[in-house]
Amino acid sequence: MGATEDVPATPVLVQAPPRPALAGWQRSAVVLLGLAAALVPLFILESFQLFQLTMAVIMALAVLGLNIVTGYNGQISLGHGAFYAVGAYSTAILMSRGDWSFWATLPVSAAVCAALGYAVGFPALRLGGLYLALTTFSLAVAVPQILKHRAIEDWTGGVQGLFLVKPDPPSWLPLNADQWMYVVALLVSSVLFLLSWNLIRSRIGRALMATRDNPTAAEAMGMNIAVLKTRAFAVSAMITGVAGSLGAVVIEFVAPDSFTFAVSISLFVGMVVGGVASILGSVFGGLFVLFVPNIAEGISKAAPGVIYGVILIGFLFLLPDGFAGLLRRLAARWRR
Amino acid sequence: MDGLAHQITAGVATGGIYASVALALVMIYQATHHVNFAQGEMATFSTYIALTFIQAGLPYWVAFVATVIVSFAIGVAIERLLMRPVQHAPVLTHVGVFIGLLLIVGNATGWVFGYTTEVFPSPFESEGLLLGGLVSGHELGSTAVTLAVLLLVYLFFRHTTLGLAMRAAAYNPASSRLVGIRVGWMLALGWGLAAAVGAVAGMMVAPVVFLDPNMMLGILLYAFAGALLGGIDNPMGAVVGGFAVGVLENLAGAYVVGTELKLTVALAIIIGVLVVKPSGLFGRVVLSRV
Amino acid sequence: MAALLEAKALTAGYGQTAVLHGIDFAVEERGVSALLGANGAGKTTTLRAVSGMVRTGGELRLAGERINGLATEEIVRRGVAHVPDGRGTFMELTVEENMRLGAYVRRDRAEVEGDFERMFGYFPRLRERFKQQAGTLSGGEQQMLAITRALLLRPRLLLLDEPSFGLAPLVVQEIFAIMRRVREEQSVGILLVEQNASLALDFADRAYLLETGRIVVSGPAAEIGQDESVRRSYLGY
Repeated sequence: MGATEDVPATPVLVQAPPRPALAGWQRSAVVLLGLAAALVPLFILESFQLFQLTMAVIMALAVLGLNIVTGYNGQISLGHGAFYAVGAYSTAILMSRGDWSFWATLPVSAAVCAALGYAVGFPALRLGGLYLALTTFSLAVAVPQILKHRAIEDWTGGVQGLFLVKPDPPSWLPLNADQWMYVVALLVSSVLFLLSWNLIRSRIGRALMATRDNPTAAEAMGMNIAVLKTRAFAVSAMITGVAGSLGAVVIEFVAPDSFTFAVSISLFVGMVVGGVASILGSVFGGLFVLFVPNIAEGISKAAPGVIYGVILIGFLFLLPDGFAGLLRRLAARWRR
Repeated sequence: MDGLAHQITAGVATGGIYASVALALVMIYQATHHVNFAQGEMATFSTYIALTFIQAGLPYWVAFVATVIVSFAIGVAIERLLMRPVQHAPVLTHVGVFIGLLLIVGNATGWVFGYTTEVFPSPFESEGLLLGGLVSGHELGSTAVTLAVLLLVYLFFRHTTLGLAMRAAAYNPASSRLVGIRVGWMLALGWGLAAAVGAVAGMMVAPVVFLDPNMMLGILLYAFAGALLGGIDNPMGAVVGGFAVGVLENLAGAYVVGTELKLTVALAIIIGVLVVKPSGLFGRVVLSRV
Repeated sequence: MAALLEAKALTAGYGQTAVLHGIDFAVEERGVSALLGANGAGKTTTLRAVSGMVRTGGELRLAGERINGLATEEIVRRGVAHVPDGRGTFMELTVEENMRLGAYVRRDRAEVEGDFERMFGYFPRLRERFKQQAGTLSGGEQQMLAITRALLLRPRLLLLDEPSFGLAPLVVQEIFAIMRRVREEQSVGILLVEQNASLALDFADRAYLLETGRIVVSGPAAEIGQDESVRRSYLGY
């Protein structure tokens, strides 16, 4: 082995997450405080800003989905926008063509996206990091065209898309529709975040990461790599798909051109900047994905894309474990 | 509806474009084992540069050569500045850097040159169809140009010392160092050449599809499909694959799926190749990873 | 007179692991020094240290000039040819292309053609296989090709990593016979790493015995070859 040899191509961007420094009750307290803090905006934000925050929460959920399969399991997906789109359209079609209530569409959307993710997971098994990236990238580019196709126009509404109506808040809550959507998004996301957090900290989570870091060793230890990887894809797709459903109903509109490959790229950038393989990082990622383009758009139409690219490369060079990683390191230093 | 013969010749003409971009992709892949997701955007950027030269009054072929040289320089610069620092990083980082490059170049194009669709001149305008009604002047001319470029690249790699050194650096960097080859610069050269070839492809396709910042994204996909079909580590294969995809796309678009789904054809080819025979028709790469 | 290659307190390693813990050795002009030792002793690492493939500490001087920290390709351009373990053949290229690469840094075209002829004189089989893909050559032929590639540099110093590895005894004999001819006909110093100690001691002037990154015995090859206790404890014969 020489100093000039190439490093093996396993994405070891972060070490295993450190054992939590807080006791069980402390953790619950932090979570509850966090949730309480998250409810504060309900009372102080204007409708539009609340809408933006809602979208940020939804984006965080979408990034979480991507993180599960790419960050924790090392399968590079540049096409998660496709799952987001499928989730969005599942909800949109059921609500607008079938008159379903929003809540009823969620399990269907989740199931459809999980099935799709599972289906994508199989060919993905045969592909190494780069080729999977390439294939999912191609999927992302092809999605708008597929959505516009005449054969399914009756369902998807073709180029014009579909309109939705936000669900009404329950009568016993003094909230308007926008506020209610914020609460809904928060609720659904919190549940999924919590489940993911448990998953990652469990044996399965460790197996996912072991598969990412050293597949041969993992297999030698008896882990069924194929099952792990396909299920990771399924779970990941489901989560991002549910985010898509939420997004569809919050924006009240879906159309093929809302789901170009830019969505997949945004999710990827959000994941890297927020912190690969990090639950907290997904939250940062969501905030980043939503607010940076908004700020950047003020500069010029092209600015968001260029700034995204510069920030992405900057983080990859200087802060490969993202915001979350930076916080982790600062916290470790502070604790010493 | 155009006759079958014209579909095929048109397919060959677009296939030449795909073959060129596929070759650029393979050149970089062979040297670095990375796929340049931003190849298309770089080519679009180059085409805009060409347009700027032309609008400034330069004759077409002078602008052409100038663009090729500038693109070469840009390719070298990107490799030295962006790729070199992360050469030993994990795959995810590399993919990320390429995506970042795609974002920057793709959007910078719009930023610098504007978003309106532009008309790009062709040096091969003809009044009617040539060769007994089979091809337009531009189709014939652009096929000739792309074939000439591909031939030049082939001759360079097979029959010059520098070309040999570049191939050696791609196959076996460690041994290449041991014979004194400056591997880093070989990579940079590879990038420069790929950028130059991409620029030619862009200039040949722009008259047909009109120039706008998103011109090459779909073409990139077809080039991927062609490169994979031929074998991502085999330049010859990539070229053959590119032509094959061009013809297939045209035939499928005309007779099977309709023009709206043509990108899906590329996607289907990509998935099909990777699932059935990942090394492509002529390649050697073994991809069985679980 | 300064030796062609001099190492003083040379350390080297991979990442965090140190393999060489400060060794001294030298190769004289036109001389042959042999590095012996068991697997894992650090012999290959030593050669890699000389050709700049691993990070080094201490002193490494080529004809008086310090070469620590230089890139491999720069060291090669100063006249150091390294035949690596595994031979480093460019499998996908032809024998001819492999040979042309050997002469890559040289500017004297005419002389290179003459050298090709000389190589065919040493290894006639290469002329037969000139246009063949190098990957199709047998192990012995690839070794000959690797040595040829190195010699085409017209090096001052030749580093040979286990030339006998994996080869049939007859082929090994052939190769060492050629090495003797090379040594006589060209003014090149050789640093030889060999597991086959008797073969190496027969060929070399000086020998150094490496054990887990340190030199435990050094001296004229002939003496070491005759020292019973050394042979039995370290060389196994």
